Amino acid sequence: MSGTYLGMPAFPPPPPPAFPEAARDAVHDQTLRGNLRHATHTIRAKRARAVAEVSDWAALREAGMRIKDHTLRHLDRYLVQLEESVTAAGGTVHWAVDADEANRIVAGLVKATGETEVVKVKSMATQEIGLNEALEAEGIRAYETDLAELIVQLGRDRPSHILVPAIHRNRGEIRDIFRQEMGEWGRPAPEGLTDTPAELAEAARLHLREKFLRAKVGVSGANFMVAETGTLVVVESEGNGRMCLTLPETLISVVGIEKILPTWQDLEVFLQTLPRSSTAERMNPYTSMWTGTTDEDGPRTFHLVLLDNGRTDTLADEVGRQALRCIRCSACLNVCPVYERAGGHAYGSVYPGPIGAILSPQLRGIASEIDASLPYASSLCGACYEVCPVAIDIPEVLVHLRERVVEGGRTTREGNKVVLRPAKGHAAERAAMRAARWAFTHPGALRTGQRLASRTRRFHPRTLPGPGRAWSGTRDLPPVPAEPFRDWWQRTHDGRDRGE
Amino acid sequence: MRVALFLTCVNDTLYPDTGRAVVKLLTRLGVEVDFPMAQTCCGQAHYNTGYRHEAEPLARHFSDVFGGYAAIVTPSGSCGAMVRELYPRMGERARAEGRGDTLAATLAPVVPKTYELTEFLVDVLGVTDVGAHYPHKVTYHPTCHGLRGLGLGDRPLRLLRAVKGLELVELPGADECCGFGGTFALKNSDVSGAMGADKVRNAEATGAEVLCAADNSCLMHIGTTMARLRTGMRPVHIAEILASTEEEPAV
Repeated sequence: MSGTYLGMPAFPPPPPPAFPEAARDAVHDQTLRGNLRHATHTIRAKRARAVAEVSDWAALREAGMRIKDHTLRHLDRYLVQLEESVTAAGGTVHWAVDADEANRIVAGLVKATGETEVVKVKSMATQEIGLNEALEAEGIRAYETDLAELIVQLGRDRPSHILVPAIHRNRGEIRDIFRQEMGEWGRPAPEGLTDTPAELAEAARLHLREKFLRAKVGVSGANFMVAETGTLVVVESEGNGRMCLTLPETLISVVGIEKILPTWQDLEVFLQTLPRSSTAERMNPYTSMWTGTTDEDGPRTFHLVLLDNGRTDTLADEVGRQALRCIRCSACLNVCPVYERAGGHAYGSVYPGPIGAILSPQLRGIASEIDASLPYASSLCGACYEVCPVAIDIPEVLVHLRERVVEGGRTTREGNKVVLRPAKGHAAERAAMRAARWAFTHPGALRTGQRLASRTRRFHPRTLPGPGRAWSGTRDLPPVPAEPFRDWWQRTHDGRDRGE
Repeated sequence: MRVALFLTCVNDTLYPDTGRAVVKLLTRLGVEVDFPMAQTCCGQAHYNTGYRHEAEPLARHFSDVFGGYAAIVTPSGSCGAMVRELYPRMGERARAEGRGDTLAATLAPVVPKTYELTEFLVDVLGVTDVGAHYPHKVTYHPTCHGLRGLGLGDRPLRLLRAVKGLELVELPGADECCGFGGTFALKNSDVSGAMGADKVRNAEATGAEVLCAADNSCLMHIGTTMARLRTGMRPVHIAEILASTEEEPAV
């Protein structure tokens, strides 16, 4: 077993490049394009069928949105209620304002058990905070047990999708990773492993089984937390989550504060919309629910780490806060034409795709190159909004965040009201937008420009040099007509120029 | 009936044939068309790129120019969606910024009376057979803001199916974005170009001569991609097809 490498590549990783540069490689990687196209189109079609068979889908979507909005509006109250419920049920609640604090808490809890390894349920929150790397730095090995997360971990790779983190890999690549890496981490892949799904799954099952049976500490996230009873809920397909949640003596769950639901009745809505939106199943195979600890059944110690890490800042923004409704179904990724071509890694975050493009710049702010570029990683086609089971108007938030990038203005960071300056690198664009606004409020000037374009049209090239290649790299320039419409209208109709 | 034609800045400057086709079509259907010369731009590019405050004077200008008309018709799904969906939102945002109801009140009158062309034909005039003749094999691309923003549904297809001589063939992956997205085409040119190329390949696979849509912004992207990829197909705005007759065929 490798003594040094235990999770993602070098930590802290180098800052990711801006989205357009990161996407460029993916766009020209034909294998990746093929893998992504096949996978997203398959899930997309299945989801459409699973949703179409529910007669009250629109009502469920509306209910989901309202429940989430209500909960977020009264989050202070429900968080305190949840803490009381979890404590009364025998659990211990910890509050983490950011990633560092959450990692310190979890590492401290694992160390207190005297253990040096943990098994993990697939969890976005622990990836968001870089928990595996933080535990590694404390000499604790974290084993991912979700099949796709295992593929990512063994491949020294990064997840590229919320639900199917190894979506960028095909069966042949997965077989090669299993053959080469499993032995380094524990039980090696069986001799003569092929790329059939059944054999790959069996290899993973055998490899993981010994880890489940040995581990004394489990780490999870949660899909939902029910405030009235202090119950946590994990929804999954493979059963590995059930193993991690029930076999270890100690269970530590790291959950974002927006995952609360007030009551079990609220849960009913999401247990219908989440599986259909994510895996296109009517019902997911495993739904695990636990409330604190129970004598002689399951973990004897339960810790809940409630994670803020930018969520309260996001909640303070009246347009952007709808991103906190997200239930991480990933339906928006699967319909997104940009995600399909750019791949998940280009988003520079554990949250890729349309939801990532609005979550990351809010959770992390827009100071970095990648976060300032994410709001532009969309053609605003609206397919994401259409499929979102909690009706997050992603295009609306994208445009709102673009405004924050180019105009700056008031926002909230680390709980403080701050005034952002306009981002650098938009000066030419800003000048062009102002000039266009001036011309468009002076129709005479617009007309002069149009005539100039028409009269010089014989000299227009079909392509442009320099920055103009952003257009003409893949497209010709559109030909300019002999005269603009307004000149034709004036010649042929009443001729009166009432507007000027 | 008298309506104002909001042609849009892109059509006025680059696609006057579309404007002439709208005038011809509506006149043939007994509608009196006016083109207010003071019209410019709805402000969509500004708004969607993050310059909402620069878009506000353009929206006010639009309201000044068109406020007096009973109906405003535009041959663009995205500009129509700008007025109908985003002008109310601009008013709300101004209110949220403590600037009162002035902007919302200024923009409110134009919102409900702005119609995308195919909506106006089917919903207001109540026609699907506009007496057109267009003997070509055509495939139709529903543009995103028309499809998901305005909810045009099958209105354009109903209009096309009633055109004599027209053979309509289904476009694979029709409801996927062509990759234009305004400034997206420049800011994320690699992804945009890849989306455009995929759209063009899907269109080519239909064997159609013409790819038709109800928005020249998207058609500009698709058409200039077709030119680059040297396909034999042409992009044509739906207005030019609907305006075409046996006596006066569109070229």
